[in-house]
Amino acid sequence: MFAEFLQYLFSGVTTGAIYALVALGFTLVYNASHVINFAQGEFIMIGGMATLSLLGMGVPMPLAIGLAILLAAVLGALLHQLAIAPARQADVVTLIIITIGASIFLRGLAQVIWGKEYHALPSFSEQESIEVMGAVMYTQSLWILGVTTLLVLALALFFTRTLVGKAILATSMNRQAARLMGVRIQFVVMLAFTLAAILGAVAGAVASPITLTSYDIGIMLGLKGFVAAAIGGLGSGVGAVVGGLLLGIAEAMTAGYISSDYKDAVAFLLILVILLFMPRGLFGSRVAERV
Amino acid sequence: MRLSVPSKIPGLPVLAIVLLLVPIVLNDEFYLDIATQVALIAATVVGLNLLVGYAGQVSLGHAAFFALGAYGSAILTGTYGWTPVPALLCAALLVATLAWLVGRPILRLKGHYLSMATLGLGIIIAIIINNEGWLTGGPDGIPVAPFSVMGFELSIFDEYQVLGMTVSGALAWYALAGVLLLLAVWIAQNLIDSPIGRALRAVRGSEVAARVVGVDTSHYKLLIFVISAVYASLMGSFFAHYTGFITPQLATFEHSIELITIVVLGGMGSTYGVIIGAVLLLLLPQLLTDFHEYEMMMFGLILMLTMIFMPRGLLPTLSGLLQRSWPRRVRSSGQED
Repeated sequence: MFAEFLQYLFSGVTTGAIYALVALGFTLVYNASHVINFAQGEFIMIGGMATLSLLGMGVPMPLAIGLAILLAAVLGALLHQLAIAPARQADVVTLIIITIGASIFLRGLAQVIWGKEYHALPSFSEQESIEVMGAVMYTQSLWILGVTTLLVLALALFFTRTLVGKAILATSMNRQAARLMGVRIQFVVMLAFTLAAILGAVAGAVASPITLTSYDIGIMLGLKGFVAAAIGGLGSGVGAVVGGLLLGIAEAMTAGYISSDYKDAVAFLLILVILLFMPRGLFGSRVAERV
Repeated sequence: MRLSVPSKIPGLPVLAIVLLLVPIVLNDEFYLDIATQVALIAATVVGLNLLVGYAGQVSLGHAAFFALGAYGSAILTGTYGWTPVPALLCAALLVATLAWLVGRPILRLKGHYLSMATLGLGIIIAIIINNEGWLTGGPDGIPVAPFSVMGFELSIFDEYQVLGMTVSGALAWYALAGVLLLLAVWIAQNLIDSPIGRALRAVRGSEVAARVVGVDTSHYKLLIFVISAVYASLMGSFFAHYTGFITPQLATFEHSIELITIVVLGGMGSTYGVIIGAVLLLLLPQLLTDFHEYEMMMFGLILMLTMIFMPRGLLPTLSGLLQRSWPRRVRSSGQED
């Protein structure tokens, strides 16, 4: 009974950590540019698929992951430089459609290069699972949780201790004021897209031993990451992490105790409930709309 | 004050002439089939455009309203033996109620909350349609009876005698879809020129200013959201009767994205622009079939490039170019837009 609950909790926290990383990516880009980057999910796919094909070429695992993350970072920067920056005068809706175009393009490209099959990366540790109080825990889950924790800490330090991080924060708080203080807004936005791509790729690489990967996994993972960010109050870093974990646990409990058919509906039901009862999310700021 | 070139061209008659020319130039079952589907989708996005272009709100779940109309008609006529007209009206009423229930609390908030809510609602509806096989046929889909009014049945497989001429079922359906599109545009144009339309344009310009002069902004936004959902539901019903078979594919997030893309591609706020958007976006896969492996990639690329270089959409950008090359006296007064 308790073991069963623990089992669901492990699996919920694991997927939750992945959602948290994706949600952080959405939050970063949203804060810097007010764009909801629907291509965010594709970087998860790229992280997993690129690691996989580099492994296939005989590159050792840590290097393969590093190169896959580098590839995603370059693509993230290119996405901003080639697609978002040239259209920065446009309506936010238009920018969002551009990111949707980019996500379709990246998915199409992945389909041409890697085909339509599902793949799994090997687990990072030799031993695949351990037993904790009657429940099975994948060692990969520990990797996912560890990496997520490290990244969250690194981001927190980056935003509070470095000048560049503070510049991003300043831009998200007040674009005009930041510009007047000498922050190069376009550079900051590009950095946000790059960092978001890196977060996505890391999530993709550590998750694919458990979740499998294929050219089209980015859609659902991206949407759920977005829901997690919205639950936390789009724009809040702490909110993104809490939102991701909450969503992961809620999904696992629904699949375990209610119906696995409706597992995917949980995220979208949650977003409706949040919007109806606390539209600013759990940690959203109470900003007043300026005229 | 705003003097734009296209507004001098009477849009509705031009659209009617184009719709009449299609079967004369392309009288072939294959092209008529595509034209019929394009017309039904175009009528759907004319409704969606009211929401996006005039109320400044984005729906990321419109495909679900379309699918609810389609499945409502399919289930009410198939399982419960209703005739098509009451069935599609009942489905539209259901969709209107749903849109009202969701829109009422959410449209009081500022920002893009409606897109998040419709995204959530849309995917939930898609999942329900997929899972409740006893009602919807599940992932395999469900057959739909042909459309009929007072015992007169309209099927693409029949032939009809009209004024001594033989009209194929495909042509008859195309005519119906064309009339529906004209009606959709006519109603939309009248809404835009009504007090509701003026109020909505004020909302799009500055919501606070609109509120200050006494416009009940959330009321009008809710009204237009419900109307656009009903547009989608009705066209979904006709689409279901036309194709004779529907699958949960209609309700997917991808389909919602396709609808919103048509609006932005054609030009937000431009009724004829979004019709052109529908024609282009639905023909694109036909043109790209030769590149089947690269189809998705090219589709994404074309979408990105169009939005980067024509951020206001095809028709507004092109008519803007036309305006710039127009004599200067027009330009001086038409510069405002």
